[in-house]
Amino acid sequence: MNFLAMGGYGFYVWGAYGVTAIVIAAEIMSLRAHRRAAARLAATTPQSENSP
Amino acid sequence: MRPLGGQRRGASRKRGGSVNLYQLASPATFYPFAGKLAPWFAIAAALLTIAGLWIGFGIAPTDFQQGEAYRIIFIHVPTAWMSMFIYLVMGFWSILALTFNTRLSAMMAQSLVPSGALMTFIALWTGALWGRPTWGTYWAWDARMTSELILLFLYFGVMALRNAIDDARRADRACAVLTIVGAVNIPIIYFSVQWWNTLHQGASVSMTAAPKMASIMLMGMLVMAFAAWFYTIAVSLWRVQAIILERERGAGWISARLGLAGASR
Repeated sequence: MNFLAMGGYGFYVWGAYGVTAIVIAAEIMSLRAHRRAAARLAATTPQSENSP
Repeated sequence: MRPLGGQRRGASRKRGGSVNLYQLASPATFYPFAGKLAPWFAIAAALLTIAGLWIGFGIAPTDFQQGEAYRIIFIHVPTAWMSMFIYLVMGFWSILALTFNTRLSAMMAQSLVPSGALMTFIALWTGALWGRPTWGTYWAWDARMTSELILLFLYFGVMALRNAIDDARRADRACAVLTIVGAVNIPIIYFSVQWWNTLHQGASVSMTAAPKMASIMLMGMLVMAFAAWFYTIAVSLWRVQAIILERERGAGWISARLGLAGASR
């Protein structure tokens, strides 16, 4: 419990670390979605002779 | 890109035995290279984060002035460094893209933008949560914070500009110019604490002077800085792969890689 309280600064310390963890998780999830969408797009595009 | 060209390059690389920079500048060669590298950087980033958090919370003692609130700097300082460093790397790729008109340089710049915005946001957020207990305010319009906020808007601006232009090569050039012009903000952020009388304190760590902090705290900060650096490399390599797939779709090597050669014609 002492550790979570952070000497009275728990709100600030865990607010900083918590939001950092959340936005990094969000970036990783959006990256996975981006990669899946790009792979789908590439897979449904017919091969062309001239480069796009 | 014509399939024949790709095969020729592949064959010559096999004979030569080594990869040279000109070959790596081709998206077809860089795509598998990025895919091989990214997981190693991700693993390194994860291990360094665990080590950094262990040092930051397990070993580093309580600060005698700031109490436990100072532990926020273990993310604040590394992400603030990264927010500026990523922008400089984008500027480097943008200069290459404009000078040599290379697609891959522009894609590398593009792949870094979201990570740069992320680092800037985290730096601002953690700075606010550190400032409140330490300075008594979440935010002040001083030179350091205002210029860092402008950096966030620059990242958003580059993203918006790319979305606004349909033609990818034109978007490359426009974004490169905006990135290079905006780079003037980086020295302003870095030197703001010397040039103006800011609420934000001067640098605790610099290249030229001895660090003004306990070495175990410095160690935790440096480990976290490397974690942020490797994380950014891993994420941008994975992202550049997606960008290559989007922009080079229809090229023979992609159809071959996805096992579609001939079938989709």
